[in-house]
Amino acid sequence: MSAVAPGPAEPLTLAALDIDCELVSAQIVDALRRIVSQELRRRGAVVALSGGIDSSVTAALCVRAFGSAHSLALLMPEADSDEKTLHISRTVAETLGIEALHQDITPILDATGCYVRRNEAVRELIPDLTDEWKWKIVLPSVVGTDSYRLYALVAQSPDGRTVEVRLPAKNYLTIVAATNFKQRVRKMLEYYHADRLNYAVVGTPNRVEYDQGFFVKAGDGAADVKPIAHLYKTQVYRLAEHLGLPGAVLDLQPTTDTYSLPQSQEEFYFSLPHQQLDLCLYAHNHSLPAEAVAPAVGLSVEDVSRVFRDIEQKRRATRYLHLPPLLVEPVPELEGSGRAERN
Amino acid sequence: MEPELRSFLAENFLLGEEFRGLPGSASLIEAGIIDSTGVLELVGFLEETYDIEITDSELVPENLDSIDKVVLFVGAKRNSGRTT
Repeated sequence: MSAVAPGPAEPLTLAALDIDCELVSAQIVDALRRIVSQELRRRGAVVALSGGIDSSVTAALCVRAFGSAHSLALLMPEADSDEKTLHISRTVAETLGIEALHQDITPILDATGCYVRRNEAVRELIPDLTDEWKWKIVLPSVVGTDSYRLYALVAQSPDGRTVEVRLPAKNYLTIVAATNFKQRVRKMLEYYHADRLNYAVVGTPNRVEYDQGFFVKAGDGAADVKPIAHLYKTQVYRLAEHLGLPGAVLDLQPTTDTYSLPQSQEEFYFSLPHQQLDLCLYAHNHSLPAEAVAPAVGLSVEDVSRVFRDIEQKRRATRYLHLPPLLVEPVPELEGSGRAERN
Repeated sequence: MEPELRSFLAENFLLGEEFRGLPGSASLIEAGIIDSTGVLELVGFLEETYDIEITDSELVPENLDSIDKVVLFVGAKRNSGRTT
């Protein structure tokens, strides 16, 4: 769906990610109709709107595929969500003319112990941290160094003091495990509404998120269909414009909207702005040398090589997230059982 | 410390028999033995077991990406007297 890859000698430019938005939209809409009605035997779509570009575009494509009467938006903020999230999500739903159900999931998360478990793991490292502090976890940049990049906890006290500590494995894993309740609770509610309406749950990852494992298994990684998982984020932005989504969505910088301190996807996981990462991933996928992409992304050849290695490392580390439950022996009567397919 | 380190890797990462034959010079990342979370666990093990503090600037493959390198690195740290 993208332009023909340049030859090895030609420098890469953003034009490599150009798409015919009308054609791509039509292809996705056709595929959604076929998959949902014929393969899944469902009558519509449930999409969780996060206030971000990916879920907004996905919802817009669902409306084109199934109509507003067969598309349901869910708005599920929680205690750490940015105030803008709900407002932007509502604006998107109104623009698309679809029903939007709002459920604050904070009480459910409280019941699971999400916040308590997570905060205990944080307080082991910063004992004087109170509920008034804001914090996030960050990953150092891949650029400029071959050092292993280990997550750090960055916390800000109410009087503006900032504390940064490296996260030991136990605390890191506990914080992530507790935080993953958020994505899993949302998915539970998506399937509740999908079940009661006989709709499909439509996932919202873009290509970089899908490829690099930026999702929670059985959380936002779960869905019946993922219609934009083949599109680079740059292409998703172009589709958003083409589909007439509100300016508030187009202007938004990608965030995780998960921790109390504002956290970009770049500092949490990707280490590069999405435009640069898109081009690096595109180049790596098309076996282009680092020399061909370095000028386009404004990085040294050495740094592009580091990004390529990081892409491979993340693929290895997150392979497990893509795997379905694996069987010891195949059950051949069921198509696809026992095979290690990507989901 | 090599036997202790091998024992930690084998037990913590559920490594099978083939791990016994892994050369001390083999890259732990390339061999698929540890990933980014594994590095975090390895660093925690080394700091706790050998009473050393590993700084951010020391978190490089030259110090941690093979059994031989880890043994040399930790040995040097302990000998330098910069133990905590």
